[in-house]
Amino acid sequence: MSVAALALPAGRAPRQSIARDDLVKRGLMVAISLYLVLSLAAPLYVMLSKSLSTYRFDLKQFELQVSDATGTVWSEPASAEALNARLSAATADDLRAGSDSRLAATKFVEDFSFRSPVRYRLRGTEEGARWLVGSAPGGGTAWQEFDSNTFRRVMLRPVQSYGLDNFVSYFSTPALSNSIRNSALMATISTAITIAVAFGLAYALNRSTMPFKGFFRLVTAIPILVPSLLPGIALVYLFGNQGLLKGLMMGYSIYGPIGIVIGSVFFTLPHAFLIISTALSVADARHYEAAASLRASRWRTFWTVTVPGARFGIVSAAFVVFTLVITDFGLPKVIGGQYNMLAVDIYKQVIGQQNFEMGAVVSVILLIPAVLAFVVDRIVQRRQVALLSARAVPYRPKPNRRFDMLCLAWCAFVAVFLVGIIGICQLAALVKLWPYDMSLGLKNYAFDLMDGGGWAAYWNSIEMALLTAVVGTVVVFTGAYMVEKTKGFATGRAAFHFLAMLPMAVPGMVLGLAYIFFFNNPANPLNPIYGTMAILVVCTVTHFYTVSHLTALTALKQMDAEFEPVAESLRQPFHRLFFKVTVPVCLPAILDISIYLFVNAMTTVSAVVFLYSTQTQLASVAVLNMDDAGDIAPAAAMGMMIFYTNVVARLVHALLSRLLLARSQAWRR
Amino acid sequence: MTSRSSAVLAALAAALLSSSAFAETTLTVYTSVEAVDLDRYKQTFEAANPDIKINWVRDSTGVMTAKLLAEKDNPQADVVWGVAATSLLLLKGEGMLEPYAPAGVEKLDPKFVDQATPPSWVGMDAYVAALCYNTVEAEKLGLTPPKSWADLTKPEYKGHVVMPNPNSSGTGFLDVSAWLQIMGEEAAWKYMDALHENIAAYTHSGSKPCKMAAAGETVIGVSFEFPGAKAKQGGAPIDIIFPSEGSGWEAEATAIIAGTANLEAAKKLVDWSISKEANEMYNVGYAVVAYPGVAKPVEHLPADVAAKMIKNDFEWAANNRAKILAEWAKRYDGKSEPKS
Amino acid sequence: MQEAAAKPKPAYLRISGLWKSFGDFLALRDVSLSIAEGEFVCFLGPSGCGKTTLLRAIAGLDLQTRGTIHQAGRDISGLPPSKRDYGIVFQSYALFPNLTIERNVAFGLENSRRPRAEIDRRVGELLALVGLSGQAKKYPAQLSGGQQQRIALARAMAISPGLLLLDEPLSALDAKVRVHLRHEIKELQRKLGVTTIMVTHDQEEALSMADRIVVMNHGVIEQVGTPTEIYRHPETLFVADFIGETNQFPTRIAGQGRLAVEATQFLCAPHDLPEGSDAIAVIRPVDVIPHGSAAHGSGTAEGAGTAENLVDATVEEMEFLGAFWRCRLSSPRFGSRILVADFSINAVRRLGIETGGAMQVELPRERVLVFPGKT
Repeated sequence: MSVAALALPAGRAPRQSIARDDLVKRGLMVAISLYLVLSLAAPLYVMLSKSLSTYRFDLKQFELQVSDATGTVWSEPASAEALNARLSAATADDLRAGSDSRLAATKFVEDFSFRSPVRYRLRGTEEGARWLVGSAPGGGTAWQEFDSNTFRRVMLRPVQSYGLDNFVSYFSTPALSNSIRNSALMATISTAITIAVAFGLAYALNRSTMPFKGFFRLVTAIPILVPSLLPGIALVYLFGNQGLLKGLMMGYSIYGPIGIVIGSVFFTLPHAFLIISTALSVADARHYEAAASLRASRWRTFWTVTVPGARFGIVSAAFVVFTLVITDFGLPKVIGGQYNMLAVDIYKQVIGQQNFEMGAVVSVILLIPAVLAFVVDRIVQRRQVALLSARAVPYRPKPNRRFDMLCLAWCAFVAVFLVGIIGICQLAALVKLWPYDMSLGLKNYAFDLMDGGGWAAYWNSIEMALLTAVVGTVVVFTGAYMVEKTKGFATGRAAFHFLAMLPMAVPGMVLGLAYIFFFNNPANPLNPIYGTMAILVVCTVTHFYTVSHLTALTALKQMDAEFEPVAESLRQPFHRLFFKVTVPVCLPAILDISIYLFVNAMTTVSAVVFLYSTQTQLASVAVLNMDDAGDIAPAAAMGMMIFYTNVVARLVHALLSRLLLARSQAWRR
Repeated sequence: MTSRSSAVLAALAAALLSSSAFAETTLTVYTSVEAVDLDRYKQTFEAANPDIKINWVRDSTGVMTAKLLAEKDNPQADVVWGVAATSLLLLKGEGMLEPYAPAGVEKLDPKFVDQATPPSWVGMDAYVAALCYNTVEAEKLGLTPPKSWADLTKPEYKGHVVMPNPNSSGTGFLDVSAWLQIMGEEAAWKYMDALHENIAAYTHSGSKPCKMAAAGETVIGVSFEFPGAKAKQGGAPIDIIFPSEGSGWEAEATAIIAGTANLEAAKKLVDWSISKEANEMYNVGYAVVAYPGVAKPVEHLPADVAAKMIKNDFEWAANNRAKILAEWAKRYDGKSEPKS
Repeated sequence: MQEAAAKPKPAYLRISGLWKSFGDFLALRDVSLSIAEGEFVCFLGPSGCGKTTLLRAIAGLDLQTRGTIHQAGRDISGLPPSKRDYGIVFQSYALFPNLTIERNVAFGLENSRRPRAEIDRRVGELLALVGLSGQAKKYPAQLSGGQQQRIALARAMAISPGLLLLDEPLSALDAKVRVHLRHEIKELQRKLGVTTIMVTHDQEEALSMADRIVVMNHGVIEQVGTPTEIYRHPETLFVADFIGETNQFPTRIAGQGRLAVEATQFLCAPHDLPEGSDAIAVIRPVDVIPHGSAAHGSGTAEGAGTAENLVDATVEEMEFLGAFWRCRLSSPRFGSRILVADFSINAVRRLGIETGGAMQVELPRERVLVFPGKT
């Protein structure tokens, strides 16, 4: 018996010689990490730096000379800065600029008249000085002479620098910074209403014995299948000036906060419902028995048992809804009217004014609430898991006629709302000329006669969605496998996991804009994919990466961690295990990921709106652009095409799942 | 780059060029013309120039302008055909346009040609600001049709006027810049203050106000003539009104992107784009074209649309654009609450 | 470190100076061990003792921080699992749920360029070996836990590995199946002659199955030996305490083979502790010999060699445990401490032992072990 040595002896740890398999695995992991770095981290970084890229007029750059009336005797050269100090021609505000700004040179001379015989000279003090004569570019350090009529047309150009100027001008422009308040307000109100509606729905479907539960569950899923623009369009036809139910508005306009809130409730409802429903479905019957034995009233039981039990679900759902509303672009674009929201501001800055820097600033601001909500949600989710793992007796509702009828009524009300929104869109799509010719026809389906990309856009969307589903599933599942099932390399795997979680916190508009900055740069070797189908697929896969990643991870975590060691001990390459065991066992999750990616690729607008090109227009963007151009009925028609396509995709998915499962999952019983 | 590698590149480029001389040239053409017109323009041009093929890249004016500016250091386009002149002036300011006087440029109406010699851009046609006025809804509300821009500030129209937001719509900007030019700055801002009281919504696109009027969503849409004519064609109960003070307008124009590898073919395209034949082609959709005497009246539009056009100073508009938009946003954007 | 005293067979697996650290925590501390070909060795110890870490180091699943491992003369210290030569069975069995039993067993065979027929023949053989021939087409979920464990064993043996590693293979099974499978595995191992290492925390399992047991604690090997050596001659207090049950008394060494408890002295097994040092005396409850009631005994046996180890005790409490009686005895010689003794049912009946009664017990000298330390 020896006394154990207490300290590790000096020396080096042996290194495991690397098997070919490990090389392949590491290679794959590096490849997928690289994918996430290039499709997410790098673009975001470039965007952040772009938000700090500012333009300002640097008056030190310019020197001026003025002649006397004869045009022969010249004043001492003076810098525009010195002249401005004397004349106070331009304020600090005037000197902050966009890439597109101009400043008249005449501001810096006294008593300018374009008819005078006085002549002017201008030169740069450094090579970077630029100006325009009319619209012709000029610059340089050599003196250039102008007669007064030409000098009238001389416009100084700003220079690029780095700093917080963009943020300063953002917050000093109320038209822009008001959007923060607006967005937060809309998101808060919509969240409160959505959670209440979803809770009622989830409560009815989980805690009553009402009939038609399956039907209502199906109906609740409808909003997932359409772009968020569609409820906006429906609201125009329902409550617009020519709307069927205009009377209900009592003189208020649907364009603005009211429309945003109603539409937001529509498109966020399924998300909230799913989360709260899960929380309510795991209730512990023992708590209810305890409450009953204490003779607590139904009402008291509800507040002391039901609500606290579902509180994590409610909080989690609230954050999800809040994030969805504050980052959504389609709905406020259609129905928001003059009510400015952050996500729409990005679009307006970039597409309307080509002010990419300000677009980046708004993006950074929009990132803050999204990231916050994401962090809080992750914390809550972690605690929820602990709650779920407790040993509980499932709760079984007992029939109660009055309560069941109440539940049924509530579900019916919500269903009418959901189906009504979809129904009105279909009706609008078929009406020839709302409201003057209400006869039906397929005129609005002649997409090729409208801006937006025509039927080609629809087929592009299907191609994009299929590619996203296939490529995305492969990338996501392989990535999740590498995170979950490889050993060693711990830091790398943790970093990868972080990258995989990040997309959930990045709003689509922000991602899209970041892609412009990153990929549309000729110096970037990846530049050629800009404007192609590839960038749309990459962007969409990345945008919806997190949920897919978590789905894959959950499935993989349920698999025995010893499969890999066993296969290795049997001297089998990992790909054999992967294809013969891992993939078949995870098939349900893999199919779920594919359909999730497909449906979202069909409906997404926010990220791809910056990235599509003439050859790669998309149906969802076509809905936006047709609505934008005022072709609202065709926009509704295209939206319904997306809806039906997604319904078909869902059916195919269900059928495929059943078939494949029957064949490959015979062992599951 | 070392001199040797540049020599190799030059040889390579020469080889590529000589081989392409045998084949037809394909021009990458950026455009914002209506989607429905693309094929017609392409076929007509290629019939006249069988050795040149057009590869269209189309998007709305704003997106196209953004795209072109973003590609400033690495232009992808050979030619821009059918993009707003104001946008082309922005490109010119960045030194992105190749000045070129196409054969026969002297025959065009001079207001459709860049002032510089040689010009950097040449115009094709114009779209002209107009009001779309829904007669059915107006009657329900007992309104009388406006005759002038000034009329739009009358209290009776409160909440019944929709116009495009100049910050996101070229049409919106041409309205604002026209008002500033015809009324003078001070009066024009005062006018817009009053008009703002009547506006129900500022839209993102220029044609939407007219389509909203056509659908009865609003009574008066400040827009331009083309969607008005199209909506009327489709049976919408609207009148197209050209205000008496004159209308702002925007030229669609053609230009060569500096540094194009296909300069000769690009010049040929620009030559053809101002030809009489091309102008006749434009006239199908546009009431006003650059070639005098070509335009035939377009259905539902008056014959003398050109006469309604104000004298538009594109250069002034381009050089003051940033300032005007900032001022506009400060006054009207985001402050306005929706009106019933 | 002790390697088992020179065995005739050459070492098949040789572990020398193995350390494993997880951050600051040392899971293995200077572990050396030799295992002969064909031997069945159990790593035994409480959870966290490092036995699984050692197994995983041998398997190449968690690489050691220092030290070397040789298998069949080959240095495998840095080889990845796939380059080593072993089959492994985990507690969870890790059977592939979507493959049939025969595909599971064939998993390790299919990659090599073996003809199908040969694979099928080998799978048939293996299934017969574990007695599950009729179940080839079933899926794992359709088998009982014990059957699944045997399939896992068959799968591991399919590639005829030089070394079989069993990581707590029986702990997920219920008690009866466990006892049954112990024999089967042992039998199979003997038949195939494969060198086997089994990790377990169940001493009964280790005692009944192993040729040799490696007792581990806190990352250190406490003792290596045959089951009887371990049980009869524990070399450390930990081993004595961990294997079987013990009475422990604090004592002072009163000379060679002699120790003092409270006021009196006892004789004990030989030791090399210096006189006057603190020690702990250990005796197992089964080793206590009952001599009936003091009434018909010889009272005190002063002077006699073994008489020092005869104790007059009072039966404080008796607990019937089925196969024997567990008695708690008190005596002034133990002070306030209680001696636990297990007496056969026969002895209790024969000697009329009863609660509250007086009796004499003998603590056989060679069964009283001393270890250094204080309680």
